[in-house]
Amino acid sequence: MVEIKNSLENDVFTIYVIGEVDASSSIHLDESISEATNKYKKIMVNCEQLEYISSAGLGVFMSYINDLEESGIKLVIYGLSDKVKHVFQILGLDQLLKITENEEEAKGIVNGV
Amino acid sequence: MSSKNYILRLITLLAIVLWLVMLGAGYLDRFGQLHNTSSDTYLFLSKIVLIAFIVTIYYFYRRNIGSQEGFNIIDLLWKVFVTGLIATVVSLSSNFLLTALKDQEHGRNPYFLDTLYLINVGLIITFLVATFTVWKRLILYQKSKWLIRTWNIFEYTLLGSAVLFFTNLDIFSGLGIVVQGLLAILAIVLGVNLKWVAYLNFKQKWKSILLIILIGLYIVYFYITFDRFALNNGFETVFKARDVITIYALYFFTLIYCLFSVLVLLFNLPTSSVFEQKLVEAINFQKLSQSRNTGQNEDQVYEILLDSAASVAIANVAWIDIMDENEAIKKTIYFKTNTIEKEEILKGIKNNKIKNLQSSIPSRNNSQNRFTAELKHEIYKSIFVIPLFIQDKQIAKIVLVKDVNEGFSKEMIEIIRTFINQASISIENFRLMEEAIINERYKEELKIAKRVQDSLLPKHLCSNEDLEISAFSKAAAEVGGDYFDTYKMNDDRIAIIVGDVSGKGTSAAFHMSQMKGIFQSLVQMDLSARDFIIKANNALSGCLDRTSFITTTYFIIDSKKKKFEFSRAGHCPTLYYSAKDKKVSFLEDNGLGLGILRDDQFDNFVDVNDLDYNKGDVLFLYTDGITEAKNNKNEEFGYERLKHFLEKHAFYSAEYIKEEILKTLYNFCESSNLDDDITTLIVKVK
Repeated sequence: MVEIKNSLENDVFTIYVIGEVDASSSIHLDESISEATNKYKKIMVNCEQLEYISSAGLGVFMSYINDLEESGIKLVIYGLSDKVKHVFQILGLDQLLKITENEEEAKGIVNGV
Repeated sequence: MSSKNYILRLITLLAIVLWLVMLGAGYLDRFGQLHNTSSDTYLFLSKIVLIAFIVTIYYFYRRNIGSQEGFNIIDLLWKVFVTGLIATVVSLSSNFLLTALKDQEHGRNPYFLDTLYLINVGLIITFLVATFTVWKRLILYQKSKWLIRTWNIFEYTLLGSAVLFFTNLDIFSGLGIVVQGLLAILAIVLGVNLKWVAYLNFKQKWKSILLIILIGLYIVYFYITFDRFALNNGFETVFKARDVITIYALYFFTLIYCLFSVLVLLFNLPTSSVFEQKLVEAINFQKLSQSRNTGQNEDQVYEILLDSAASVAIANVAWIDIMDENEAIKKTIYFKTNTIEKEEILKGIKNNKIKNLQSSIPSRNNSQNRFTAELKHEIYKSIFVIPLFIQDKQIAKIVLVKDVNEGFSKEMIEIIRTFINQASISIENFRLMEEAIINERYKEELKIAKRVQDSLLPKHLCSNEDLEISAFSKAAAEVGGDYFDTYKMNDDRIAIIVGDVSGKGTSAAFHMSQMKGIFQSLVQMDLSARDFIIKANNALSGCLDRTSFITTTYFIIDSKKKKFEFSRAGHCPTLYYSAKDKKVSFLEDNGLGLGILRDDQFDNFVDVNDLDYNKGDVLFLYTDGITEAKNNKNEEFGYERLKHFLEKHAFYSAEYIKEEILKTLYNFCESSNLDDDITTLIVKVK
């Protein structure tokens, strides 16, 4: 099961993904990213408490790659555990999505520093 | 049946013989009296025969009436009535004959009179015993131990009283009174057993009253004529049948029971409609509970419910609104009314007169929609509305309307409530049954899908003299998204693919079959590994849904150049054992899953590599179902364990490595039921 929380600081919208994202819970992730991309240009995804992500969950991130580029939205994923990061790397998503170690780096990227 | 008839005939014959003997003994006694050679022998004989006759008749009726299993009360009464009628007609005719021949010589002949008397006695006894037997049947309608015991005492006392007959005892003397008193008390105690009355309907009760009154009249008539026979003619009969306490008691008992029956029947007449109503309710209730067994559909349950509710409430008109899933009215079944009248009635509800009916019994049903109200309508004055719920969802609403004010009593409402509960259960059962059938069909469909998918995976893998290939695939559910295949491009080159569709189950299975189509088409074009991956991505871009992608590892093994050419499209890195270096490593080249970028940009992320292979090398291809398999402690099998496994098993054949990885994996998970699809394909260089 996944729990998703949001926070808004200045114009930076942060999505906290907590728990496990599998085939059924990936829908919730999809909904929250979809909502965020409709409203905000600067989005951070906090994955510090993301324990597991299945291929369906990766598919959610993947499906926004084109949208982000087209609408000039900056989305940064940070705080991935080694295991989850490895999953992103195997699929090759690390080449397409901005993934940073921590919040500061992520903030730097969304604010265009 | 025939043996029963045979015995009945025998008993009848015996009764006739006994009667004739009684007559003969009577004649002989009379002869003795007339010729003053009187002895008590013949009188004694005729008395014994009389008792034997009574007992025989009793056995006749006991066999004839007493033993029938199911019986109709009216039929029994009718039988008694007819017996009485015959006896009365004969009795009347003999009286008429007596009167007519009164002044003639042979009309005063004692033998003639004796004959007439004994004919009367025979018939009256027959009638009394018939009545007695039927009364017994009615009294024992609902048996209890106590009742049967009392009845037996009564019967034996009756038989015992017959003995007194021989003592020439005056029946109104001390002992006679005691015996009579005892019999009378027993007769009254038994006489109050009238439970059968409750089971008759109104019409049957009237018939019974009529028949029993007539039977009672016969009994009274016979009682009187017995006396008169002797008195009127100034003639001493052989014996006085009335002196037999048994007969006397029979008179009393049969008459008392007639009296009780008639009284109870009369008092039960006004309430019999209520009893009938209850019976109808019970039958309706049974209909509702059995409806799921008799192939009825939901509408029929609603119809039965509507009829039952309307009859309980004695409603003038009624209807039932059947709701769809959104609780909007889908259909209405009408009882003696129509849509126009319904609308008219609903308009007439006086809002200030609505009385919500909260149930006294706590119920899961939301009772807010249950109410009675007064109506502003020419004909109809009160309305009662009650909803039907299944799992807190309203599925229907019954509306009952009456032409009197406050027409719905608490009892009616409670009964309707039980009907509604039963109907809800029936309908719920219907729906569960339907769901079960649909689920069963889905299961069948999935079985078919599984068979189809199994046929998509190759039965035989390609190989050549250099290579040995083994593979295994198992879906977690009926169908899965894992794929592997091989293709012999020419004598030297073999193509190998392992793929994994994102997600699980049916959607993954569809994409897997697309992957198979793409592989089988492209592989025939003799493309390089790079071109294969690019074209496969192109082809899949048009048919994968938004969040789906497929990861693959594609190998072309050239046994002439002794080379692996390979590309990894986002798939788990292949494990490679190099026989030369005696080392196991992951082939972690860059790459991107198919369908992630659906345009030319993808080309920039395709990475192709090659390797020279040697004898003893092993390629271990797999899907993430293996590395992500978890044990009870929630630990993943992981890449390290996999690497370690191959280090230990690289020297074996491909087939053996395959067997061993499955064993190792199942041991690790302590189960062979895994959460994800697993696939492995092993290539060993010979």
